[in-house]
Amino acid sequence: MSEPWEDEEEGAIKKFMFINRKAPYGTIYALESLEVVLISAAFDQDVSLVFSDDGVFQLKKDQDPESIGMKNFSRTYRALEGYDVEKLYVDKESMEERGLTEDDLLVDVEMLSKEELGNLMNEQDVVLSF
Amino acid sequence: MKFAVQINEGPYTHQASDSAYNFIVAALEKGHEIIRVFFYHDGVNNATRFTTPPQDDRNIVTRWSELAEKHNLDMVVCVAAAQRRGIADEGEAKRNGLDADNIAPGFRISGLGQLVEAGIQSDRVVVFGD
Repeated sequence: MSEPWEDEEEGAIKKFMFINRKAPYGTIYALESLEVVLISAAFDQDVSLVFSDDGVFQLKKDQDPESIGMKNFSRTYRALEGYDVEKLYVDKESMEERGLTEDDLLVDVEMLSKEELGNLMNEQDVVLSF
Repeated sequence: MKFAVQINEGPYTHQASDSAYNFIVAALEKGHEIIRVFFYHDGVNNATRFTTPPQDDRNIVTRWSELAEKHNLDMVVCVAAAQRRGIADEGEAKRNGLDADNIAPGFRISGLGQLVEAGIQSDRVVVFGD
């Protein structure tokens, strides 16, 4: 039996958006969201990631969570490009509220206003928020 | 309409599971199709048959099992999330050298691909959680 992602079915590509709203540590949402993102990329879907609210901290450079017994999984965000996950959007307002600029982030992102993010969300087929 | 439902929170602590249940019952009554219910994050805790709430409270796990049997629902528990939280079926218990399994009737353990596949095959994915 072939795996579903091996089916070369035409028109089976959907726009998936993953909205990451939580800090990388403290809860497991960020880590488990990343696991879904990687799987959806394996299904060759059109994947976008949004980082909003405390979710912007997921992309912060120089994370060092070993002292609280957590594995630093932030390197995975840098590897997303290799999975053809290249559409990373960050909520501008959330960045500003937290005193962050693009230079603080470990990957290239597009900063969007809430309105622009809303428009982008409207274009999606599947929106999963974590 | 074809719905897929994702549940991200455990029973009793959070209303997500109750709301998802009510949503599914209402959708089925209206003649919609529920192609899959996917349990993720602490949502996997909806699938343990060792849940024994006080008798005057609803039994959320049994309620899911009964709904699944009545409507032939496909209720999938994410394997990675389940392993972290101690939810095992017979196969998982054997593979991991556990002395018992605890999955409730009507649930099956599978991978995250099942969530992405449900997103591709449904008209709407509805997420219940924080």
